[in-house]
Amino acid sequence: MIKVLFFARLREELACDSLSVDFAGSVAELKAALLERGVAWSALEADNIVCAVNQSVAKDSQIIQAGDEVAFYPPVTGG
Amino acid sequence: MRISVRVQEVDFNLSAENNALRADDDGIGAIAQFVGVMRNQNDGDTVSAMELEHYPGMTEKAITEIITEASSRWTLRAATVIHRVGKILPGEQIVWVAVCASHRHEAFQACEFIMDFLKSRAPFWKKETLADGSSRWVDARCSDAAALARW
Repeated sequence: MIKVLFFARLREELACDSLSVDFAGSVAELKAALLERGVAWSALEADNIVCAVNQSVAKDSQIIQAGDEVAFYPPVTGG
Repeated sequence: MRISVRVQEVDFNLSAENNALRADDDGIGAIAQFVGVMRNQNDGDTVSAMELEHYPGMTEKAITEIITEASSRWTLRAATVIHRVGKILPGEQIVWVAVCASHRHEAFQACEFIMDFLKSRAPFWKKETLADGSSRWVDARCSDAAALARW
C-alpha cells in the first residue's frame, strides 16, 4: 500500500485529502490510475501540479514503492 | 552550524528568538533578519484574514535543505526559520528568517537566498478571506520563480 496526499486547492477540487492505495509503478502511472476515479481528478493533469515522493519533489518517471508517501499539490505560496 | 526550523500556529517573539539564535556565540559579527508580515491588500482587494496550510514533515525538510544549501555557499554560524500556519490577520507576523555569520555580506546574502527559495519550494499555501466574506487561494507569482534565477 502507498499513501497519497492532496493539498490546498487540489484537495478541495478532489474533495479528498488522502488515500491509501495498492499501487506499484511510476508517478505518471499513478496519475493515470487516479484519473479513473472521476471527472474531477483531471485536475491532477494540470502542468503546474507538483508531485513529491517521500517528501522530495519527484518527476513523472520516478518509481513508487510499497510504503511510500506520495503527495500532489499546486504551486506553493508561503512566505 | 546551528539550524533551527519551526512551523507553528502561535506568533513568535522576535527579541526572545534573536537571543536564542545568538546563543552566546561570540564569533557572530552579523545577523541578517527578514520578517514577513501579512498585508491587508492583495491584487486590489482588501483582505481580512488568511489561512495558511502546509505539508507537515515536508515543510520542515524542505526548509532545512534550503538552509543547508545556503550554508554550502556562504560561511554561516547559525540560521533559524520560523513560519506560521493556521489563521493569520493583517499586520501579524508570518515568517522569520534570521542568519548569523561572521561578516555582513554572508548574512545578507544567505538570508535573501533562504527566503527566495522558501517562497518557491517550501510547501505552504495561502487562502485569503476578503472583506465581503468570500475566500480564494492565492496564486503563485512569476516574480517568485524569477527571484531564484539570480542565485
